[in-house]
Amino acid sequence: MSPDPFPLGPPAYPLGAPLVRREGREKVTGTARYAAEHTPLDCAYAWPVAATVARGRVTAVDATGALALPGVCAVLTHENAPRLAATGDPALALLQDDRVPHRGWYVALAVADSLEAARAAAAAVHVSYAAEDADVLLTAGHPGLYAPETVNGGYPGTRERGDFDTAFAAAPVTLDATYTVPPLHNHPMEPHAATAHWTGGRLTVHDSSQGSSKVCEDLAALFSLDPGDITVVSEHVGGGFGSKGTPRPHVVLAAMATRHTGRPVKLSLPRREMPAAVGHRAPTVQRVRLGAGGDGVLTALAHEIATHTSTVNEFVEQAAVPARMMYTSPNSRTAHRVVPLDVPTPSWMRAPGEAPGMFALESAVDELAVLLDIDPVELRMRNEPDTEPDSDRAFSSRHLIGCLREGAERFGWRPRDPRPGVRREGDLLLGTGVAAATYPVYVAPSSAEARATADGGFRIRVNATDIGTGARTVLAQIAAAALTVPEDRVRVDIGSSDLPPAMLAGGSMGTASWGWAVHKACMALRARLRDHDGPLPAEGLTAAADTRQEAAEGSPYARHAFGATFAEVQADTVSGEVRVRRMLGVYAAGRILNSRTARSQFIGGMTMGLGMALMEGSRLDPAFGDFAERDLAAYHVPACADVPRIEAHWIDEEDPHLNPMGSKGIGEIGIVGTAAAVANALWHATGIRVRDLPLTVDKILPRLRAAREGAG
Amino acid sequence: MEPTRYPADGGTVPATEQRSELVLHLNGRAHTLTVDHRTTVLDLLREQVGLTGAKKGCDHGQCGACTVLVDGRRANSCLLLAVAQDGRRITTVEGLADGERLHPLQEAFLERDAFQCGYCTPGQLCSAAGVLAEAADGFPSHATPATADPAAPVALTAEEIRERMSGNLCRCGAYPRIIEAVADAAAHHGGTARPGGAAEHQEATP
Ligand code: FES
Ligand code: FES
Repeated sequence: MSPDPFPLGPPAYPLGAPLVRREGREKVTGTARYAAEHTPLDCAYAWPVAATVARGRVTAVDATGALALPGVCAVLTHENAPRLAATGDPALALLQDDRVPHRGWYVALAVADSLEAARAAAAAVHVSYAAEDADVLLTAGHPGLYAPETVNGGYPGTRERGDFDTAFAAAPVTLDATYTVPPLHNHPMEPHAATAHWTGGRLTVHDSSQGSSKVCEDLAALFSLDPGDITVVSEHVGGGFGSKGTPRPHVVLAAMATRHTGRPVKLSLPRREMPAAVGHRAPTVQRVRLGAGGDGVLTALAHEIATHTSTVNEFVEQAAVPARMMYTSPNSRTAHRVVPLDVPTPSWMRAPGEAPGMFALESAVDELAVLLDIDPVELRMRNEPDTEPDSDRAFSSRHLIGCLREGAERFGWRPRDPRPGVRREGDLLLGTGVAAATYPVYVAPSSAEARATADGGFRIRVNATDIGTGARTVLAQIAAAALTVPEDRVRVDIGSSDLPPAMLAGGSMGTASWGWAVHKACMALRARLRDHDGPLPAEGLTAAADTRQEAAEGSPYARHAFGATFAEVQADTVSGEVRVRRMLGVYAAGRILNSRTARSQFIGGMTMGLGMALMEGSRLDPAFGDFAERDLAAYHVPACADVPRIEAHWIDEEDPHLNPMGSKGIGEIGIVGTAAAVANALWHATGIRVRDLPLTVDKILPRLRAAREGAG
Repeated sequence: MEPTRYPADGGTVPATEQRSELVLHLNGRAHTLTVDHRTTVLDLLREQVGLTGAKKGCDHGQCGACTVLVDGRRANSCLLLAVAQDGRRITTVEGLADGERLHPLQEAFLERDAFQCGYCTPGQLCSAAGVLAEAADGFPSHATPATADPAAPVALTAEEIRERMSGNLCRCGAYPRIIEAVADAAAHHGGTARPGGAAEHQEATP
């Protein structure tokens, strides 16, 4: 084992302190400006035109009527739009040819003096198509399914260990169940938007993005520009949850429109168009087979996924990956198959892989607990592996058992009558459920600069993005701790591609990646200050650092965060409505760097998990080829009244194998396991096992009725 | 990319068949504006007057991000045509604070960390300001007991707040904190002392 690279010590001030968000005042007074809230002189407005066929070709675009409307300055189509160079993301090859790969693909863009005129112009553009037959429905037996080499995150598509088939056949207790998760949509409250201005050979963009360094890079490639001639600013971002992780169509269209018209152009995507334009969580059909001895210890585990991607790009939701490291599993098969359909391109949504995969795995573990008559908390503890099963590497830290114990204690899990359908309160049936959570620790190279200014202050520059996580605040804390100065002497500049480039806010690795670079720059600055005599020069002293080497080195350890979610639900036997009464999560995610903002992130993730459990989901319409639930009236996300008491707690976890801050990511783990905890609680309440999310009335009421009639 | 160009055409473009002149009192200041008949109050605020505090989340009355107070009552500004609002008093999030002194709701949102990305926050704040006034005026909600005295102010329990704030979506999931923050401000509003110190795990039930 390698020596501890980051020796433990008392947490340096003020890591962990509950500092109030630095930009909080701007956000509560309405002065924080988001991407669409910049209106340069002579700004024009763009409104996209989305394809109305599920597959085919554009045969003609008639813009005459649109151009005749007052205030309309241009209609871009594949015939007149600026040519783009090919990049790694074919979903950004917008208005380059006549192909329509899915419904909602953008086929034209209207540009006008006002928002109203742009919208009217877009509606007046007549597009003719040669429509072709489309296939948008994922089925477990779809003939087009194939086994991809790798899945999202770069993991191998298939892994086998031991001999699953033999072990499963020999297991005294077995479970074979199929779970489904429908398409899910990120729907950040701020729609994807960009304000772009091409002037004097320079492109300046305010973009609603999780990482403007990447946007800058991709725009440079698309428009064959030097990245130094582009500035992308993402100062305040109204959520992203993965859907703003890389450039999306809006920013490319806005840049094309400003290049075409010579005017600054603002483009904000209509809410209803977002599901087709910005990525979604692909649906999954997940078969889980578990084989165990009478003691509950797993001897065989298979998790097999069928999912869809588009014909534009291969994206494979890595839902079988967590089964590779969660539990003892000497004989294991984890495999993905994917079929390219005529659907919008799926992409990242909070905890891709883990969120849907752990719904299936943690539901299956609960079902196994019922078969074995073992408490589900206890069953998980009995399957705790010594090393990461898939790699045999030691865990850098693994406190799943601690989370389960503390969660059970705080939640009041025991005493618990395991029988379903026996706790009544009038028409309501009550039950409790538990599920485990996990999320991997990632880190990506980033660079940062630290400067000591002549007036005694410090200035940190790093292109981090604050999408609501509190990045500014926590980076100030990291810098202050490294410099051993009070946090209020540290100014932090983030959110612009002109700053030292850094990792996007995603994969729960923002703080680890940016923070490491900031820490390193601060340590270098300290060394410079130590060597410096006399007053600082007017321009101050600066030190820069990047973490390319550290990030490339990787770790000999398996590094993951863990958690346990507990839920109590009520099912209304008359209406079939399921509601969560309370939810509690305990997480082990390294050192928590700001307890105030961390709690909000955990609770936010759990809330999205509650949505995934109870109400979120869309369907692809086989006739029209689009998502039937596209806006917030049809695609329900949790509202205030849906969210009862939610508590998030954490275990103080000291892990010397992570980074100088000792932190794991916390942005995603809250959603993981939550849907399973709720579904398991629903079974405990009613005896009804729903394996298809979400847990809506249509799936529950008929079975409640049948149970009542059976009993009556 | 600055400077911005407000007001774009307010007041300078003559009224026509497509445009009308009107007066709006925005955060206490009278504005004479000529508006396109298709323009919503939300777009007028954001694109023509430079008040970008009110947010556009859906443009269809589904999310509450655009909530403002119209003559003291909350409304989704994306559903209001500006031309129909002649003479009205509109308060946006920019008008809640008293100069440098934040509104108790704004203080409470900061203290409770009742937001993350902040995009729903202006709507939540205006909506909460509306809730305080509605409760004081005795407006019942779905959560109000049928036995409540119709003439009396409604006590803002957590249940009441949850119900009344459900028109404002928050995808970041700040709801538990929003309920606490509104309860803090309600206690303040009702003249009672504000509960001291953020009791972090507790549900605020005044
Ligand atoms: S923007 Fe008005 S309700 Fe959503
Ligand atoms: S704070 Fe982000 S949507 Fe509410």
